[in-house]
Amino acid sequence: MLLEIRNLKTYFFTSRGIVKAVDDVSLSLDEGQVLGLAGESGCGKSTLAYSIIRLIPPPGLTVGGKILFENTDILELDNDTFRKEYRMKKISMVFQGAMQALTPVYTVGEQLYEVFKYHMDVNYDEAKSLMEEQLKSVALDPSIMRRYPHELSGGQKQRVMIAMALLLKPKLVIADEPTTALDVIVQAQILNLLKQLQSKYGTSMILISHDLSIIAELADKVGIMYAGKLVEIAPALDIYKDPLHPYTQKLLKSIPRLKQKVEKLEFIPGVPPDLRNPPSGCRFHPRCPYVMDICKKVEPQLVEIKPNHYVACHLYSEGGKR
Amino acid sequence: MPKPLIIAENIMKWFPITRGLKGALQRLPVIYARAVDNISFTIYQGETFAMVGESGSGKTTTGRLLLKLLDLTGGEAYYGSIPLSKLSGNPLKAFRRQAQMIFQDPYSSLDPRFTIGASLEEPLIIHKITKSDEERKELVAKILEDVRMIPPEEYTWRFPHQLSGGQRQRIAIARALMLRPKFIVADEPVSMLDVSIRAEILELMRSLKEKYNLTYLYITHDLSTARFIANRIAVLYLGKIVELGNADDVIEDPLHPYTQALVAAVPEPDPELRFKLKEIKVVGEIPSSVFIPPGCRFHPRCPYVMDICKKVEPQLVEIKPNHYVACHLYSGNKLYEEVVKNEKAANVRQI
Ligand SMILES: Nc1ncnc2c1ncn2[C@@H]1O[C@H](COP(=O)(O)OP(=O)(O)OP(=O)(O)O)[C@@H](O)[C@H]1O
Ligand SMILES: Nc1ncnc2c1ncn2[C@@H]1O[C@H](COP(=O)(O)OP(=O)(O)OP(=O)(O)O)[C@@H](O)[C@H]1O
Ligand code: SF4
Ligand code: SF4
Ligand SMILES: [Mg+2]
Ligand SMILES: [Mg+2]
Repeated sequence: MLLEIRNLKTYFFTSRGIVKAVDDVSLSLDEGQVLGLAGESGCGKSTLAYSIIRLIPPPGLTVGGKILFENTDILELDNDTFRKEYRMKKISMVFQGAMQALTPVYTVGEQLYEVFKYHMDVNYDEAKSLMEEQLKSVALDPSIMRRYPHELSGGQKQRVMIAMALLLKPKLVIADEPTTALDVIVQAQILNLLKQLQSKYGTSMILISHDLSIIAELADKVGIMYAGKLVEIAPALDIYKDPLHPYTQKLLKSIPRLKQKVEKLEFIPGVPPDLRNPPSGCRFHPRCPYVMDICKKVEPQLVEIKPNHYVACHLYSEGGKR
Repeated sequence: MPKPLIIAENIMKWFPITRGLKGALQRLPVIYARAVDNISFTIYQGETFAMVGESGSGKTTTGRLLLKLLDLTGGEAYYGSIPLSKLSGNPLKAFRRQAQMIFQDPYSSLDPRFTIGASLEEPLIIHKITKSDEERKELVAKILEDVRMIPPEEYTWRFPHQLSGGQRQRIAIARALMLRPKFIVADEPVSMLDVSIRAEILELMRSLKEKYNLTYLYITHDLSTARFIANRIAVLYLGKIVELGNADDVIEDPLHPYTQALVAAVPEPDPELRFKLKEIKVVGEIPSSVFIPPGCRFHPRCPYVMDICKKVEPQLVEIKPNHYVACHLYSGNKLYEEVVKNEKAANVRQI
């Protein structure tokens, strides 16, 4: 097992209350595996990612749980060790909206070199051939090193960000909405690229998206988050072919499909809850078509219903209907 | 036979690109971003006409031209039988009421300092539609119910930041409906929203269309939502329509290599696909509309490019009933030959 998250809690301590963005989440990931994380905007996907790479923006704090990476609890490490030994080197991230994250006043080459300089004792010339190789692996011409971010297209910027994340050959790459702002053809090119790189290097990945169609392109295993909770996690085939949680079922049915004509789209009525004051019991209960009495009072736990298929819903507990 | 509501005849919008002081001093010739470059189409009353294309293809500019939010560089657009370029005074005011826009970004299309109630009342006040405060409040409540913000009094006092993204977009739709328009340009109304919320907004737009006899120009880069909501689809590439037809035909039988690539690129929620690479034959990205390639503007990216493509611009031709394409691959087609001959005779502008 490469990564094991146990009972992770990351909260934002705002002046208007505590936002429980990640609330008691546990999951694990094997070496070489791709985990897809899906769920509506604001359910805590990015916060979970930031917790793993230890870059939670203030006023956020991880207040409970463990994150075991190769059996070391990385939450226990001091900042310096984590920065030197883990971030970029073992765990890296392509950030949501990353295309804006490149510094405008430095060339692509200078920005890539920064990463090297920090982690290795190399000069620019030594680093150069490694950087060139990395740019080629994301299908960019190495001459792009002399260019500034504003001279690049959206797709090129995203390739640079991916090259940067892979620069030190980390074991785990987290990609947070890596194609969201891109056109569909460029999106397909980037997804192809991630597939190729993932199988070439055997990198483990966490792919975050609100779009289950994109997750399907890469993930071996899929986790569904709702209002700070992980409500279902299972091998990809199970999630798409036999979703168990009512929320997952709805999420899948709401996708407009290109290749089949849909007369009526289903949608999930209501809005996601305010995470400062989430609903009692099952957080999905105000929107759930199968809500029972118990759902309003008792929080369902994540249990293994079928081999490797975990779901948190009273429908599947003793006395449940299914 | 449905009546045309909007007719675009060879409409063009070229934006001059400033080249700074240096350009002015050296008297460099003015260069243009040819955002919309001579396109023609008709939108019929009661239909949803989708305009699909990548970023920079000219979708928003087309929408703004049809609402007279921008002036035409060339060609003419008609609302019913009225040429937009001639509109002014009272008829223009009436047009402003009847033609509305819904924007992509629900976060910026509403004034953050106004309550929802005030935002919705504003157009009524500007256009002096209602007589009393009461009448206005009643209208607002009714529209809120139409966009399923129920009960309305729950929402009128809120500010935009107190709503979810989907709710904000519903308010934007409500605002566009306040003046009982006939024609609505919806510019990527769901692309900033989660997939799970898109369905709700699209369903809402469909039912409002029935209820109020609306005609939509639906602008999107997403073919899936276009197929769901639209009767016909026009595919735009660098300011030109490259394909136009019934939504089902365009998606099930795409003729233009660019449309074929768009269709192939759409991800499907099928996990079996993860062991395969998507076959994307098209290379590179859409170039800038300042440097439009000669001949077929798609030729640098086209997997089927031929010699003629680099020199001669293909014309939009009806290859199958109601299905138009602009591509030399179809030049064996009789209809195609005929049109090209006529166009040549008419001495069409070649680049
Ligand atoms: N800096 C912050 N201060 C306060 N609250 C925050 C902060 N960042 C995030 N949150 C809150 O934490 C919750 C989870 O946010 P997060 O960004 O993790 O969601 P997400 O699932 O990544 O959403 P999206 O799909 O929109 O990116 C949200 O309710 C959000 O409002
Ligand atoms: N005011 C302007 N001045 C100069 N160029 C402009 C202006 N507005 C648009 N353009 C250019 O015209 C082209 C078409 O722009 P438009 O916004 O219509 O595209 P779009 O298809 O709506 O793209 P997107 O999907 O990114 O919204 C682009 O190349 C753009 O840079
Ligand atoms: S626990 Fe109850 S409310 Fe929650 S998803 Fe299951 S059935 Fe619905
Ligand atoms: S005209 Fe030529 S270059 Fe253009 S799309 Fe057709 S085959 Fe490709
Ligand atoms: Mg996020
Ligand atoms: Mg636009």
